[in-house]
Amino acid sequence: MSADARRHVVVVGAGPAGLAAASAALRAGARVTLLDAAERPGGQYHRTPPEEFAAAHPERLHRGWRTFDRVRRHVLTHPRCAWWPESAVWALERPDPGEERPPRVHVVRGPADGAGRRRHVLDPDALVLAPGAHDRVLPFPGWDLPGVYTAGAAQALAKGERLVVGDQVVIAGSGPFLLPVAESLLEAGSRVVEVLEANPAGTVLRGWGRRPWELASYTGKLAELAEYAALLARHRVPYRCGRAVVEARGDGRVEEVVTARLRPDWSVVPGSERTVPVDAVCVSHGFTPQLELPVAAGCALRRPDPASPAEAFVEVDGDQRTTSPGVYAAGEITGIAGAPAARTEGLIAGWAAGGGAPDAPELVPLRRRRDRDRAFAERLAAAHPVGAAWHGWLRPDTVVCRCEGTAYGALRRAAGEPAGSSARAVKLTTRAGLGPCQARVCGPTVARLLAAGGTPEAAAAEGLPSATPHHRPLAQPVRLGELARRPHTEQEREH
Amino acid sequence: MSPRLVPAEDDPIGRRRAAPLRITVDGEPLTGVAGQTIAGVLLAAGRRAWRRGPSGAPRGVFCGIGVCFDCVVTVNGERDVRACRRRARDGDVVATQSREAGR
Repeated sequence: MSADARRHVVVVGAGPAGLAAASAALRAGARVTLLDAAERPGGQYHRTPPEEFAAAHPERLHRGWRTFDRVRRHVLTHPRCAWWPESAVWALERPDPGEERPPRVHVVRGPADGAGRRRHVLDPDALVLAPGAHDRVLPFPGWDLPGVYTAGAAQALAKGERLVVGDQVVIAGSGPFLLPVAESLLEAGSRVVEVLEANPAGTVLRGWGRRPWELASYTGKLAELAEYAALLARHRVPYRCGRAVVEARGDGRVEEVVTARLRPDWSVVPGSERTVPVDAVCVSHGFTPQLELPVAAGCALRRPDPASPAEAFVEVDGDQRTTSPGVYAAGEITGIAGAPAARTEGLIAGWAAGGGAPDAPELVPLRRRRDRDRAFAERLAAAHPVGAAWHGWLRPDTVVCRCEGTAYGALRRAAGEPAGSSARAVKLTTRAGLGPCQARVCGPTVARLLAAGGTPEAAAAEGLPSATPHHRPLAQPVRLGELARRPHTEQEREH
Repeated sequence: MSPRLVPAEDDPIGRRRAAPLRITVDGEPLTGVAGQTIAGVLLAAGRRAWRRGPSGAPRGVFCGIGVCFDCVVTVNGERDVRACRRRARDGDVVATQSREAGR
């Protein structure tokens, strides 16, 4: 059999899930094209310093480095794998109705946002989507001041180019991700003033501690938590529950933050405000899955929390198959559960996408581990919810959409208009979500604000498809000149 | 204090190379290290903001991973390049850009 007669699997995203998927698809005998927007595999979790730094010990900044390094080598050196770095998938073209094949994959390759990138078109036998997630940051007055970063930005700069964002840093928001960010900054010699978890200790402990008999299977995670606790103690960094950054202030850049005690619903306890001088703030209130590619592929979404309909994940079956023919999903887009869970899902997805036997004995422990990791994801969600009264710290002039400068007051006014309270109408009236980021940052927030205002999802009444914040016909920006160029198709592939 | 590079001599990852590079930003020369992104060069040079939003508010790096488009600049004549995603090359000519209110 010639190499080209083999099943061709395209894997989008080379983080923990995508790398694992590529490796399993190769084991199943398939030919694999692995693409990622970055120059090196690893995703956000295993972001590595650039080769130009010639780091002797990159592993010192990473957990799970040995597994990562082994999988990375297996995939990148495999004769049946093509590794495409700096590759952006800008569109997925669905087949005609009734055709049972995955969508056609449109790619541009070259330096980020460059004008000279080359177009490629891939027609895979199976497609694995593993694009990951990014930080969700709820707005607060002053959150658009320079010096306010997402926790992910601080982490990416520290791991990816050894740059620390400040020397007097407050880390705030919700979820366990605040801890590795504190670790990175401390390790780089910054002073972390405090780490603030918005949820009160009661909520966190109830979430983590529910069904305590299952906790024994999470020894790895508990050991990691204990390491963070020891590190914070060693550096005398307080970890406070039930406290949040509710305002950032400064002249052209952040100079101080106001923190306040929160009730379980995240309403501010009056009189509990404190002012803390800082030169940087890192914020994360959880993660938003990157759903534009699954939505473009026509994959059905699931909404685990009826109270927040904007929160959606890709629906998958036991083999990580989506509802779209030949399309598989793995990692954070199926539920926020962390890197080990993403890896397990990737292995299952890649094996199935590569045509591996569905009754292979190796799958039994993998499926069990995946189910355990999904239970962990539910535990995380229960321990670190977003409180319903969070918007109490917004003011009428607080910017909600950073791109268009739409303020909270304008959004509320638009949502109150009887003729135009649907998500779509609010978007068109206020321009919130219409800027360059395409609502990636403010979309979930706007949806939450509309839901909190009791605004019904009126899109169906307009006779239009629901204005999901994840619908982006162009998944990544691409220049007209690039579109005009003839794409390279598989038949003329150069090796 | 501003954002800063971890000094190579204190870095536990053992950086063995630091090839200097020079770019210009609105005509002003800035020195960086090969491997940094354009955002990295700007931040390490003490610049926290290099763009203005529609209301005139200053913008720099926010998400750091190419999601928010706060940090876009013009590089060698190409507009709207995410500075946090684009690796700096020696000799890059960078121009800052702003979105005017009420376009």
